[in-house]
Amino acid sequence: MSTSTLNTSANVPAVAWQRLREVPLLPAVAAAVVLFFVVAALAPHLLTSRDPFAIDLPNALQAPSLAHPFGTDQSGRDLYTRVVYGTRESLLIGLGATGLSMAIAVVLGVVSGLGGKIFDGLINRSLEVLFAFPVLLLAMLFVTVYGPSVTTQIVAVGLGTAPGYARMIRGQVLAVKNSGYVEAAHALGHSRWTVLRQHVFPNAMRPLVAVVTLGIGQSIVWASGLAFLGLGVAPPSPEWGALLDAGRMFITRAWWLEVMPGLAIVAIALAATVLGHHLQKKLEGARS
Amino acid sequence: MTATLEHTAITGTLRQELLKVRNLNVSFSTGRGRDARLTHVVKDVDLRLAAGECLAIVGESGSGKSVTARTLVGLPGANASVQAERLELAGHRIGTLGERQWRRLRGKDIGFVLQDALVSLDPLRPVGKEIEEALRLHGWGTTRSRAARAVELLASVGVPQPELRAGQRPDELSGGLRQRALIASAIALDPKILIADEPTTALDVTVQAQILELLGRMKERGTGIVLISHDLSVVATLADHVAVMQGGAIVEQGPARQVLYHPQHDYTRALLDAIPSEHTKGTPLSKDGRARITATSRRPRTTRPADAPVLRAEGLVKSYQGHDGVVRTVVDGVSFELRAGETLGIVGESGSGKSTTAKMALAMLEPDAGRVLLDGAAWTGISTAARRSRRRSVTVVYQDPLSSFDPRWNAERILLDALARQDYPGEAERAAQVRELAGQVGLQVEHLAKHPLQLSGGQRQRLAIARALAPEPEVIVLDEAVSALDVSVQAQVLDLLTDLQQELGLSYLFISHDLGVIHHMSDRVLVMKDGRAVEQGSAEDVFNHPRHPYTRELLASLPQLGLAPGQRNPPAAAGTPTTEGAHS
Amino acid sequence: MSTLKHNTGLLLQDPAHDGGASAAGGGTGGAANHPGRRRPRPNNLLTSPGLRRAGGRLLTAVGVVWAAATFTFLIQALLPGDRATLLLNQLAGQVQQRTAAELAPINAKYGFDDPLIAQYFRFLGDLATGNLGVSYQLHKPVTEVIGDQVGPTIGLTFASLLVAWLISAVVIAGTARRSRMVSSVASGLEAVAAGLPQYWLGVILLVVFALNLGWFPVVGGTGLDGLVLPALTLGIPLAGFLGQVTRTEFEKGMDQPFALSARMRGMGDIGVRLRHVLRHSVLPGVTLSGWALGSLFSGAVIAESIFSRPGLGKVLVTAVNSRDLPVVCGIVILIAAIYVLANLLVDIAYTLIDPRLKNS
Repeated sequence: MSTSTLNTSANVPAVAWQRLREVPLLPAVAAAVVLFFVVAALAPHLLTSRDPFAIDLPNALQAPSLAHPFGTDQSGRDLYTRVVYGTRESLLIGLGATGLSMAIAVVLGVVSGLGGKIFDGLINRSLEVLFAFPVLLLAMLFVTVYGPSVTTQIVAVGLGTAPGYARMIRGQVLAVKNSGYVEAAHALGHSRWTVLRQHVFPNAMRPLVAVVTLGIGQSIVWASGLAFLGLGVAPPSPEWGALLDAGRMFITRAWWLEVMPGLAIVAIALAATVLGHHLQKKLEGARS
Repeated sequence: MTATLEHTAITGTLRQELLKVRNLNVSFSTGRGRDARLTHVVKDVDLRLAAGECLAIVGESGSGKSVTARTLVGLPGANASVQAERLELAGHRIGTLGERQWRRLRGKDIGFVLQDALVSLDPLRPVGKEIEEALRLHGWGTTRSRAARAVELLASVGVPQPELRAGQRPDELSGGLRQRALIASAIALDPKILIADEPTTALDVTVQAQILELLGRMKERGTGIVLISHDLSVVATLADHVAVMQGGAIVEQGPARQVLYHPQHDYTRALLDAIPSEHTKGTPLSKDGRARITATSRRPRTTRPADAPVLRAEGLVKSYQGHDGVVRTVVDGVSFELRAGETLGIVGESGSGKSTTAKMALAMLEPDAGRVLLDGAAWTGISTAARRSRRRSVTVVYQDPLSSFDPRWNAERILLDALARQDYPGEAERAAQVRELAGQVGLQVEHLAKHPLQLSGGQRQRLAIARALAPEPEVIVLDEAVSALDVSVQAQVLDLLTDLQQELGLSYLFISHDLGVIHHMSDRVLVMKDGRAVEQGSAEDVFNHPRHPYTRELLASLPQLGLAPGQRNPPAAAGTPTTEGAHS
Repeated sequence: MSTLKHNTGLLLQDPAHDGGASAAGGGTGGAANHPGRRRPRPNNLLTSPGLRRAGGRLLTAVGVVWAAATFTFLIQALLPGDRATLLLNQLAGQVQQRTAAELAPINAKYGFDDPLIAQYFRFLGDLATGNLGVSYQLHKPVTEVIGDQVGPTIGLTFASLLVAWLISAVVIAGTARRSRMVSSVASGLEAVAAGLPQYWLGVILLVVFALNLGWFPVVGGTGLDGLVLPALTLGIPLAGFLGQVTRTEFEKGMDQPFALSARMRGMGDIGVRLRHVLRHSVLPGVTLSGWALGSLFSGAVIAESIFSRPGLGKVLVTAVNSRDLPVVCGIVILIAAIYVLANLLVDIAYTLIDPRLKNS
């Protein structure tokens, strides 16, 4: 992470190639997986020539084959195409939920970490209570009240995962606030605001890059978990959770209807985990 | 390599040889794939030890002394490869032992004592259980007899109320008691050799003296002791032979008297010269060139009448309430004066309240009672805003510089941040001043681009000093600022501090547990115990004519070259060179 | 389940707490070494630290349940739309506007017209006497609905926790700080396991072991053979999660001087792992178990749905789908109570494993 100001190398392509060779295999694979899904989300037609809604009843419930790598569903629709076309909505749900939970968590965590005893006690107690509601349960409670929809799914997962992140950020803020370098900055006579801006915020928020990466994968998992229980987007949609929900009743006859969309979720969740850990390691490496 | 082995030939014929090591080499393989490399950590080491003797292996961090010691019990560490022409220990050829045979040897023929008993004994178990475990592993006795034996052992290493202590965990015992318990677990089966790796480093000096005495008694009973230490004066009280290691090799080895008082090798001499003490006062400890220091003050210095204190503390009191609801008074009625250009040393053992006092002097902590005055004006008890403009007058250097630097910043950024904006309005001016500061503390320009992590311990502490200098302070609080450094690096940093003080007229509030360092640096000294200032006066008075019994106890416990603890003023034996003699 | 994966360190070491401790400890150093001059408070039974802490814990526990209950009450009371309308529509199975005449008896029966505060106190009073209200859908007391179905779910939850602990403890003690290959493969597997969605794992287990191999029943009864796959479904991801936390701690333990000390008194590698290090490394996992139990309880919904197991899961999904709020809220309160109870047990387990905490 060191950016050496004196060492501005002239040979940029050679340096870039050197950098590339240093990238470990696993994060590279993970990045490729993420890239695939990003393409699928932005331009699904590049990855498949079929129509996700084209019904082809004679070919219903075909097992995976060369023609249909993920098999077909009960209406003969190509499952691979549906997974590709479902990427956009699934990723948006994941991003939205993560964004929401991070926004809540940053506010709560920072206020709690910096707001003094009263705020800290209040927020900490509230978080303690929220921890008594497991993510899935909080999400289900929310769906009960507002009924299933994409928005509900995003908000439900966002709210459900926020307490964990809030507590993490609070811990981070407190750790930085009590660190030697913040004390040193105060000893130099910097104002409270300068110290917050120069040290506390950047250092407390730095690990969030890794956490957000991990979080997107997890949000997709939670959201599709809701959908799997029939509490998400309604089935004709190719959203991954909806695919799972639709495939559930055929589970004894057509395993691929569950396994293949699940594979996409697992792939993106694992890729996010690998990338997140990789980032975390790099950030930690720069510290200790 | 000037390893001379003749001395062991003389003494070795009289006593049983316990340890014979010839040409020991240890290397570690690190990294993998293209990065794989082999690091030689121990090179061609020869060692010998006879029963009832103590062999000290001395060196600074990274010298390979600990790896050498661990290799002797077959635990050099992961990915190590060990080669030796000869490796004999208590009559066993240990070069070819398998793990099972090693386990029979460890704890039975060789005992090993590590540094800090708080973590070297299992923190979750009573110490008695750890001693019983040593017995059990070698099939000694029954459950009941082992428990009884553990109590006996505790008693034998001088633990009072051994029955009670056996049932307590390390965190429930004082530092001295748990170190004794650790030793008891190592000598449970009366091993012929005891290897002690920095056994007193984590301890206060009074406790250290007791532990050294205990080891001395074991030596008299015929145990061979291998003492690993970074501290030559600790070694001097116990060792019969000394081996000095540097960079994995033994640079000098011989009878303690010879190595400590007639050192042949330059490195040994430099190490001995680097030890700060009464005798080194006013002389440089290292052979480095003096720092290039020019006073470039942008501010007129505060003019004050001669002898007026810069910093003055009056009756400071600070208490904390623990989680158990018990209120502890950490600092209790401490007063002092720090005059311009002077060094006030605050010395005390752990828990004496010296660091809390430092924090109040820095006004980072408000005293419960009493006050601090800076240049005669209130420094504590005022608002943060009122203090901010004067913050630059009092700066600080901590023991652990790394944690006091923002991990995102490089050295240059750290120093830029510490400069007073109003004094250096221009970008170029600031950059020039940063280089100036780096030069003053002996850092190179290329160091400025580096992050603290990429700097060595000494360089980090120099950077911390440069940061403390940047606002052009009048007072620098040095809170154990050299305690974590190797002695040769410590010597350089102390010399640097002395030079800076002379050139810039700084006042130091110098906090340390190390009496030698305090004596070397201080004009006046404040001795703290349990939150109180028990004695205060000129360094000369406090060290040479201590009035308070605690000061006397401290001084008596201080191991010095050539003096066993407890004998401050031995009769000068004819032909015994003094430390000064060795230096000249 | 894995949202807390990366926060555990922070969950366990509350820096505020640590900061306070070190501020106080900074001066006193080793408290055992230099007790300083203490000014002890009168140490009678009521103020003894142990009892005070136990009292504090209990109070917190009650507080959490009360807050959770209040939360569910507010959700029910402030629900968008009229509650009586919702109820009637549910009874009739259709959505339409209702007339005031239709709504009046419902409002009277459930007390929806009372001031909110009165409803709240009635709700708390009912809760204290074990009355969680009446299901909109089933017209049975919620306690009865839950009581009928809670048994198998509790069984599944504990079985899953047990499975998770067994798997992670064995894997950790066997592989941590071994050769680079072994430990990185194992920690890779843990990361994969922790990231596996339960529903997907469950489906795979069902397809492979029940449908294809026929080792276990497809439709799980309440018998032991019906418990295996659901318990693995919930237990494997949790094992991965626990494993990640425990491994870090285990590796830290292996690097501690006391592990080296034990080797140096003649103990073998396996002895050090099992007798010394394992005990240290389970602490964060134990802390997590309280939280995990609550999480497993809701995760049971998924496992029960896949394996067609009887249990609270089915009740919950049906209730969420039909917006049967009293039942959903009842289950939420139950799970909060279980969470709280589990954490009290965790506290006890914790002081048994790490007696240092008793006096701190």
